[in-house]
Amino acid sequence: MPVFWIVMIVLALAAVGFVLGRQRAIAAAGGDSRRLHSRPLYYGWNVALFTAVPAFVALMVWLFVQPVLIDRAINKYIPDEAISESSARSLMMSDVRKVAEGMDRMVSRGVMTEAELERLEASNNDIRAKMGQVGVALMSNVDATVLNAAREYRGLVGFGSKALAAVAIGLALAGFVFALLRTDADFRARNVTESVIKGILILCSSIAIATTAGIVLSMLFETGNFFRQYSWTEFFFGTTWSPNFHGNSRLGMLPLLWGTLYISFIALLVAVPIGLFAAVYMSEYATKRVRSIVKPAIEVLAGIPTIVYGLFALITVGPMLRDYFAQPMGLGTSGSSVMTAGLVMGIMLIPFVSSLSDDIINAVPQSLRDGSLGLGATPSETVKQVVLPAALPGIVGAVLLAASRAIGETMIVVLGAGAAARMSMNPFEAMTTITVKIVSQLTGDTDFAAPETLVAFALGLTLFVITLGLNIFALYIVRKYREQYE
Amino acid sequence: MSDVAANTPIQPRGGSLLTVDPGTRRRNAAEKRFRIYGMVAIGLAIAALIALLVSILGNGASAFRQTYLSMPVTIPADVVDPKGNRDIEEMKKVTTIAYGRLLSASLAQELADNGINPEGMTDKDVNNMISGEAAAQLRNRVLADPELIGQTVEVNVLTNGRIDGYYKGRVTMESAARDANTSPAQLQLADTLKEKGVLVTRFNRDFITNPDASEKRPEAAGLGVAIIGSLYMMLVVLVLALPIGVAASIYLEEFAPKNRLTDIIEVNISNLAAVPSIVFGILGLAIFINFAGLPQSAPIVGGLVLTLMTLPTIIISTRAALKAVPPSIRDAALGVGASKMQSVFHHVLPLAMPGILTGTIIGLAQALGETAPLLLIGMVAFVREYPSAPPDGLFEPASALPVQVYNWTQRADPAFMERASGAIIVLLVFLLMMNMLAIFLRRKFERRW
Repeated sequence: MPVFWIVMIVLALAAVGFVLGRQRAIAAAGGDSRRLHSRPLYYGWNVALFTAVPAFVALMVWLFVQPVLIDRAINKYIPDEAISESSARSLMMSDVRKVAEGMDRMVSRGVMTEAELERLEASNNDIRAKMGQVGVALMSNVDATVLNAAREYRGLVGFGSKALAAVAIGLALAGFVFALLRTDADFRARNVTESVIKGILILCSSIAIATTAGIVLSMLFETGNFFRQYSWTEFFFGTTWSPNFHGNSRLGMLPLLWGTLYISFIALLVAVPIGLFAAVYMSEYATKRVRSIVKPAIEVLAGIPTIVYGLFALITVGPMLRDYFAQPMGLGTSGSSVMTAGLVMGIMLIPFVSSLSDDIINAVPQSLRDGSLGLGATPSETVKQVVLPAALPGIVGAVLLAASRAIGETMIVVLGAGAAARMSMNPFEAMTTITVKIVSQLTGDTDFAAPETLVAFALGLTLFVITLGLNIFALYIVRKYREQYE
Repeated sequence: MSDVAANTPIQPRGGSLLTVDPGTRRRNAAEKRFRIYGMVAIGLAIAALIALLVSILGNGASAFRQTYLSMPVTIPADVVDPKGNRDIEEMKKVTTIAYGRLLSASLAQELADNGINPEGMTDKDVNNMISGEAAAQLRNRVLADPELIGQTVEVNVLTNGRIDGYYKGRVTMESAARDANTSPAQLQLADTLKEKGVLVTRFNRDFITNPDASEKRPEAAGLGVAIIGSLYMMLVVLVLALPIGVAASIYLEEFAPKNRLTDIIEVNISNLAAVPSIVFGILGLAIFINFAGLPQSAPIVGGLVLTLMTLPTIIISTRAALKAVPPSIRDAALGVGASKMQSVFHHVLPLAMPGILTGTIIGLAQALGETAPLLLIGMVAFVREYPSAPPDGLFEPASALPVQVYNWTQRADPAFMERASGAIIVLLVFLLMMNMLAIFLRRKFERRW
């Protein structure tokens, strides 16, 4: 039966368990709840948790493990000889799944009965047409191996879901009975319940680790697949990027890396001076009224989604730069260029740099400023010679974090920088970045196992490593060179 | 003591304090320049913000006005309901071509009534003024309300995208001469109809409710599917990220011992907050779509990916809210005999709730604007039907507001740029409402301990 119903049944059992557990506890104390170790509701929760938690854990594990096991079993039904040269095992497996789903739909919509499906032969050429009728599109006619494998797949999935229902509900009932039998006046229900809840809290916390592990593992796995089909030296050190869907593509990462670094450099060139000077002005010179207007305004810049910046680059900044700067100077004719994306990305990073610097500058103790002013320095000399050097590690950390943000940015470069992979010094030419290519390689309609698609995972892994490295480096610098004030 | 010292007068260095010497003047000038740099920096930042908003508003405000032909349309029963029994299933067999002919006939009637003779224009040219989508809209209206059969109703018929562009400045007589989809004669006819009051440009409510339209019909493109898709994803994020985030924060803040495992968890959370969003998209593609087999472009997958992205934000703000509750509350609860978990759940958590809610709303606002991960899980597809109600609707293909903006920018027709800017205005309005709600909640429930 579908998972939804299993979940509902387990929840209903848990609710019943709550009521019964509570009643049994009060009955065990002879009607006087003060004789119980814990409040009656904890006895109820005890039964409910012991019913629900093992069942749900088993459900989760099963749902993860079942596809893997079934795939392994079905693989035995597809001998190597049956795979034609133009196809691959993974394609046949997906065909098997599609045919099985088509069979399910045919039965549920009444196009064919189970008995007719049993008798279905592969030589029956209108299987493909019938599949099309129920909405399953197949690439080629259904041959005997695929039909056989699909039948087995259906059988295994059906058996699996029945077994899952049995196991989940069985565990729920077992937990129910076990917890109910343990309920008596001296049973320490509150402690047991609290331990279970603490376990759930720990589980939720470990989702963060699971996410990081998931990111790293998924990318490593597919990157491994990619490097099996394409040499890694060519990827990391090649200078041509020209994917060709007929094979024989050159997938060198260096033009993309160059584009990324160039655009980030221009973005930082815009964001760091403006952000830093804005932060210095607001913390040293601005009146309360000015600060109360300017700070929220800069926060607004931070809250605007990047797609808005991307559209701004595409519609306004790109044509403006092209018409007023690039064409008159003869440097380029494209609206999408490094300058466009860099400028808009810089605007996006201003609040980031500004608020981080603001925090760091405010953390410098007032006594240093007072001492400098007392010696006769002007406020600007104080800032330049006392405050900024004291805040320098933090500011460097902020700049590195902003750089990491710029490197990982996608939408502004997708809309503002174009898709041409080249290594050129001209900032008014279109150059592309790692993130743009990840999007374009994964949203095209190519075979998933081809190197042109898998390269996106390799690029993603590179990006992840670079940004992680920058973040860790930023933290290290801040921690190592930070001044400790009393 | 020598005479030399007594005889040489002491030269004072510099003048009096009241006259400024060159060194001080230089320093004062440098000070003034520094202040100006600061003001210029702030001015540049605010100017950029204003330029951004003005550009988007200027481009997008026109998306909320649309040109219609306001004319009476007869709906004869024999065309629309051939069997005469008002059976909806039978009426559905009448295709949009028949309805298109009705509209053409009504337009011809209207031209005749107003004494306009379109010389030099073929019937096809005249009928081309009506958008290709208008017939389908009329058909939907009649199927929804069969009472209209046999009557003559005032219909606001959607006009061709090029005519709409003419009234918004995108299309001129010169460009119409080169355009395959319109002609200067058509534009002149449109002008004449406008003088007679048949052609009107009015507020376009359909922009928010219509589903997306094909490349050739930007006039009919709307945000309905995208808004529902975004809503579903926000629901998924709220239902998943809030409990998990609060649970993780409670553990890390109240119960976790100071050991290696806790350090690893905290380092992981702060790293996840800094990971680029596209990496989450890759994670979603690899695990939720390839490994778990969830349907592509479905709100559930988008919601799961956005949950993982919002989790660090919620955890960080919840920890701050929990930290702000004074220890005296916890100690008092323990003092009257509560266990640690009871003190947290019954005393600390309710007091930290306003801060948690504010952090959640801000996290949701960030998730609403995310595009890159949604592109990777397949939302670049063209989705035309509204997804149904949850929970089934969560597994059907849908779109999202920022992704719809991206899709529209990739199309050739410049009318789609206007639609994209209009969609961004809608997105910014939603974000503004959410941020205002967060600020309002923070002001109302803020407690000073």
